[in-house]
Amino acid sequence: MRPSAKWTQLLILFLLIALLPLFFPSGYYFRVGALIFVNGLAVIGIVILTGYAGQISLGHAGFAGIGAYASALAPGHLGLHPLLAVVLGALVSAAVAWLVGRPILRLKGYYLAVASLGFGILVAMVLGNERALTGGPDGMAVPDPGLRDLLKDLGLKLTGGEFWYWCCGLCLLIGAWAALNLQASPTGRALRALHGSEVAARTVGIDVARLKLQAFTISAVYASVAGSLLAMQNRFITPDVAGFMHSIEMVTMAVLGGVGSVIGAIFGAVILTLLPQVLTVFADYEQMVLGAVMILVMIFLPEGLIPSLARKLRGRGE
Amino acid sequence: MKTLTTTALALIAALGAAGPGLAEIRLGASLSATGPASFLGDPEAKTLEMMVEALNAAGGIDGEPVELVLYDDGGDPNKALTFATRLVEDDEVVAIIGGSTTGTTMSILSVAEDNEIPFVSLAGAVSIVDPVRPFVFKTPHTDRMACEKIFTDMAARGIEKIGMISGTDGFGASMQAQCKDVVGQFGIEIVADETYGPKDADVTPQLTKIRGTGGVQAVLNPGFGQGPAIVTRNYHQLGIDLPFYQSHGVASDAFIELAGADAAEGLRLPGTALLIAGQLAEDDPQRAVVQAYKAEFEAAYGMDVSTFGGYAHDAFALLVDAISRAGGDDPVAIRDALEATSGLVGTTGTYSFSADDHLGLDLSAFRLLEIRDGGWVPVD
Amino acid sequence: MDALMQFVFSGVTVGAVYALVALGFTIIYNASDVVNFAQGEFVMLGGMITVFAHLAGLPLPLAALGAILATAALGVALNRLAIEPARGAPVVSVIIITIGASILIRGAAQLIFDKQLHGLPAFSGDDPIRVMGATILPQSLWVIGGALAVFVGLWAFFTRTLTGKAVLATSNNRTAAQLVGINTGWVMTLAFGLSAAIGALAGVLVTPITLVSYDVGVGLALKGFAAAMLGGMGNPKGALAGGILLGLFEALTAGYVSSHYKEAVAFIVILGVLFAMPQGLFGRAGTERV
Repeated sequence: MRPSAKWTQLLILFLLIALLPLFFPSGYYFRVGALIFVNGLAVIGIVILTGYAGQISLGHAGFAGIGAYASALAPGHLGLHPLLAVVLGALVSAAVAWLVGRPILRLKGYYLAVASLGFGILVAMVLGNERALTGGPDGMAVPDPGLRDLLKDLGLKLTGGEFWYWCCGLCLLIGAWAALNLQASPTGRALRALHGSEVAARTVGIDVARLKLQAFTISAVYASVAGSLLAMQNRFITPDVAGFMHSIEMVTMAVLGGVGSVIGAIFGAVILTLLPQVLTVFADYEQMVLGAVMILVMIFLPEGLIPSLARKLRGRGE
Repeated sequence: MKTLTTTALALIAALGAAGPGLAEIRLGASLSATGPASFLGDPEAKTLEMMVEALNAAGGIDGEPVELVLYDDGGDPNKALTFATRLVEDDEVVAIIGGSTTGTTMSILSVAEDNEIPFVSLAGAVSIVDPVRPFVFKTPHTDRMACEKIFTDMAARGIEKIGMISGTDGFGASMQAQCKDVVGQFGIEIVADETYGPKDADVTPQLTKIRGTGGVQAVLNPGFGQGPAIVTRNYHQLGIDLPFYQSHGVASDAFIELAGADAAEGLRLPGTALLIAGQLAEDDPQRAVVQAYKAEFEAAYGMDVSTFGGYAHDAFALLVDAISRAGGDDPVAIRDALEATSGLVGTTGTYSFSADDHLGLDLSAFRLLEIRDGGWVPVD
Repeated sequence: MDALMQFVFSGVTVGAVYALVALGFTIIYNASDVVNFAQGEFVMLGGMITVFAHLAGLPLPLAALGAILATAALGVALNRLAIEPARGAPVVSVIIITIGASILIRGAAQLIFDKQLHGLPAFSGDDPIRVMGATILPQSLWVIGGALAVFVGLWAFFTRTLTGKAVLATSNNRTAAQLVGINTGWVMTLAFGLSAAIGALAGVLVTPITLVSYDVGVGLALKGFAAAMLGGMGNPKGALAGGILLGLFEALTAGYVSSHYKEAVAFIVILGVLFAMPQGLFGRAGTERV
C-alpha cells in the first residue's frame, strides 16, 4: 500500500470520529458511536487474521471474554488499576492465543473453524460455570476506571456516553493505524503471500506456522482490548460477550464490510451495529433482514461492501 | 377487551381525584421478546402492548394517553444497555419497564440510576433490589423466596436430604445458588447437586446419579424453558417415586402439556394466583385482577397466560398507579409515588413498597401448587 | 452396572440425535464442499411444520411427510438462491451465507409459527422399556433406528449408485465432472433437497423427545457440526460414529465426572482428536491445490 493511502484512510476515520458528534441530537448517539468503535476494534483483529493471513476463527469472542473479565476481576482481586487490567487482559489473551494457536492453526478450512469455535465455547462455558468468581450466567459488575473523574479535575466535563465515545474512538484510531502499518510492513507482505497460497509461501522460505501464529496472537489482542472497553463502559458484563453469537457477529462485520480492508471492516461494524437500532420499528423482521443482508452482500459484493464498491467506482472512472 | 377496560376504569376511578393535566406520557420498555429468554420476554411484551391499548381506550391516565416505546433486546445485556440509553436520552421516557433477565436488568439499572428514571425490573435475582437502589424496583418474587417456599414445604413433610438438578442458564444457576444459600436454615441438606444445559435432550445420567446418592428424599429442579419438561419426563421414565419439586420458572399450563400430565402428576412448585384463577375463593383479594388479566390475555393472543406476563402486568399497573398519584410526568415524583405504593393488588401478589423494600412482596404471595390430573391444586 | 447401562442408553439416544444432524451435513459437503450451517434450521422446520400441520388436523404421518417435502423444497431453494450464485467464494464467505440463511429461516419461523415450545406424541407410546435395570423410551429406538437407516441409505447411495458417485465426482472436481457428462446443477439440487429432507426427518423423529421451538436449530447445528468434524466431514460412517461418540462422552462425563463440564469435556475430546488426526476419525486426507 502506498503511504499516502494509509494516511488518507486514517484521516477519513479521524474526521468522521471528530466531526460526527456535531450532528448528534442526543447522548444516545454517543453510546451507539462508542459501540461501533469497540466493534470496529475487534473487527480489525479479524482483518489481520482472516483478511491478511487467510485464517478463520469462529471463537474470537473467547478473547473478548478474557479481556472483559480481566477488566472485571483484576481490579478487585489483584488490586490492579482498571487500565492495567486492560493490559493484563491483553497479555493473557496473547499468551492463550499463542498456546492455543500452535495446534489449532495446523488445521485448515472447516476444521480450523470447528476447533476455534470449540475454544470460544470453552471460554464462555468456564465464565458461565465458575459462579463464585464470575457471577455465572447473570454476570458481574465492572469497576469504573475513574478516567472521567480525572478529566473533570482537569476542567473537562464529559457525560459517560461522551467520554466513552472519545475513548473508544481514540483506541480505534490507534488500532487502525497499527493494522495499516502492519499491512505495509514486510510481515504484511509475507502474510499476503501466505493468504495467496500456503504452499507457495513456504517454498519461498516464509515460516508459515510462525506467521500464522503471529497474526492469530495480534488479532486476539485486538479482541481482548475491545472486550475490556466494552466491559468498562457497560459497567456490567455477562458470559454472552464470549458467546458463539458474538464470534459470528465479529466475523460477519468484517466480511460484510470487506475483510481485506481496515476501513471496509470498520464500515461492516457500522452497519451491523446500526441495523438493530434502525430496525426497532420492524423488530419482528429484524432477524430476517439481517439474514438477507448477509446473504445478498456475499453474493453480489463478495469482497465486502467497501472494496467491491470502490472497485466499481474506480472501474467507472477509467 | 371489555373486562380489562372495566378493570382499568375501576382502577382509575379508585385512584380518586385526577391530578393536573399531563402531556402525553411516554413509558419505555426493553424486553427479551426474542432470543434465549423469549420464554420470559414474549408474554411480557404482549402483555404490555395489550394493557397500553386497553388503558388508552379507557382514556389513558387521567385523560392523558400513554405511549409505549418497546424494544427487543434479545436477552443481550449489551443491547439492553443501548436501548435503555435510547429510551432515556432519545425517547425521553418517564419510566422504564424491563430487563426480562437478570443480566439485562443489571445493564439497564445503571442507566436508570444515573439519569434518575424509575425502573421496574421483571427479573428474579435478589441482587436487583438488595442493596436497595433509589430508582430500581421489581415485581417478581426473588428466586431466594421461591427456595424458601419450597424448603418450608419440604421441612413440613419431614424431608431432610435432597438432590438438586439445575439448568445452567441464568435462571437455573441463580436459583441454584440461592437455594444452596438458604437451605441450611430449614434443616435440609443438599446431598446431590447436578446440572444440565438448557438445550439438553436427555438428563437420565444426572437423575440416575441423584437416585444413586444415599438418603435422597426429594428432588428439586430449578429451571425454565424446555429443560424442566425433559427432566420431568426422564424422572417419570426412570420411575423415581420421590417427591419432586419444580420452580416458579415453569408455572404455566403449557408446562403440564409439554411434560405430559402422567409424568407431572404429583409434582409441586411455588406459583402465583394466575395458575389457579378459576379456583380462587370469592373473597380472595387477587381474584378480580387475576381473572380479568387471564381472560383478556387468552382472548387477545390465544395462548395460556404465564407467570412472566403477569410480572409485566404488575409492573405496568404499579407505574400507572404511581404516575397518577404523582400528578405529573416528573420521573423523580413518579419514583417517590412508586415507593409510597401500598396495597396494590397485582397478579403476582399485593405490593407495598417502602424506602428499604423495593420488592414489596412477602412469601404469602407465593402459593404452593401441586399438579393433579393435569391441573393445578393449591396445597397450603 | 445399572447406572452404566442408563448412561449408555442416554448417550446413544442423544448421540443418535447428533448423528442424524451430522448425516445431513454429509451430502451437501460431499457435493459442494459447503458446510451448511442452516442444517439445524432444517431440523427445526421438520419439527415445527409437523407440529402445526398436526394441530391443524392432519394425521401425524401425513403431517410429517408434508414437513419433509416442504423442507426439501426449501433446501433446493436455498441452493438456487444463495449457494449457487456465490460459487467459488472463499470458505469464510460461504460460512457467512449459510449462517445468514439460518438467521433468515429462524426469523421467518418465529413470525410464521410462534415462539412457544411444542411437543409431538411419541410414535409408540411413552412406556419405558426396561433392560438390565435401565430404561429407554420407545421413541429413542425410533431415533436410533432412523439414524441407522439414514446411514445405511447414504452409504449405499454413495458407494452403490451411479448418482451417488456423480455427487462425489462433483465435489472432487466440478469441471471434470461436467466434462464426463454429469449434470452438476442437478447433483447440487439433489444434494440440498436430500440434506434438507434428512434434517426434517430428524426433526420429526426427535421432537417427541427434545421438544421443538423456532430457535432449537443453532444448538443442534453446532453439535451436529462438531460430531461430523469429529468423525471426519463427508463420510457417513464418520457422521454416525462422531454423533454417537459425542453423545456417549457427554452422558458418561455427566454420569461419572461432573455434569457441569460435560459439554466442555466433549469439546476438549474433539480438539484432541483434531490435533492428532486433523481430518477427523474417518476423514480423507487431502493435499492443497496450488
